[in-house]
Amino acid sequence: MSAIPVNAYLLLALVLFCIGLFGALTKKNTVIVLISIELMLNAVNINLVAFSKYGINPGITGQIFSLFTITVAAAEAAVGLAILIALYRNRSTVQIDEMNTMKH
Amino acid sequence: MSGELFAFLVLALLAILGGILMLNLTKVIHMLLSLVLTFLAIAGLYVLLSAEFVAIAQVLIYSGAITIIMIFGIMLTRHNDTQKTKGNRTRNMVVGAGVVLFFFTMYFSINQVSFGDQATSLHVENTKQIGIELYSKYIIPFELMSVVLLVSLVGAIILAKRDDEEEAEQK
Repeated sequence: MSAIPVNAYLLLALVLFCIGLFGALTKKNTVIVLISIELMLNAVNINLVAFSKYGINPGITGQIFSLFTITVAAAEAAVGLAILIALYRNRSTVQIDEMNTMKH
Repeated sequence: MSGELFAFLVLALLAILGGILMLNLTKVIHMLLSLVLTFLAIAGLYVLLSAEFVAIAQVLIYSGAITIIMIFGIMLTRHNDTQKTKGNRTRNMVVGAGVVLFFFTMYFSINQVSFGDQATSLHVENTKQIGIELYSKYIIPFELMSVVLLVSLVGAIILAKRDDEEEAEQK
């Protein structure tokens, strides 16, 4: 049953987190930045679920924690999209480097 | 090679492929759809980790709801937007170097990790276990989560709503 070591899951989550981090820091479109943040949250979820099976103290708690994370991520996506729509109405742009009103 | 390992390799490859495609495609809508592939592959990994309920929630919420809401966001703003030039090349290099540094730091710390035993009863009536635990031990966070969802719902409506004075101005 224990064919896959826990390292493999942690490594996969690390790769996905790095992809999400790179996307969030370099992409110009606000929607893509938001979805990159979702990808990073998802990578963390993989870790939680992997530890719930292979961790020091295995149990169902990790899965419950990841369900809470998914809920917060959904709420964050909804609020982020609302902010994006409001910004687009006022500035008519979705490029993240053109939203620099607060820059001195 | 056992079937479990094969499934893990295929799913991991699909997940990373979706992420790489997201970084390299030019049209915004294609980037979003390539991430759906990643989310579905992650749901498959949850099944491998004997977390069936979380896998279903992942398919419903991530590849269903969040992707659709992001597509709404794209279609309501600039629906044929493309990533213009590759952006600031030096900034990309600096960010890439930082991410690679982060990757290797974490890699060396997780490389040696190994915890002997594993849970064997997680896949037995998974949803029932989650329900019992959620309604006994984690009842207060569960109820607080409903408050978070309500607040985010109301907040999203208020943020996206057009102001009345602004509307009167435009008439």
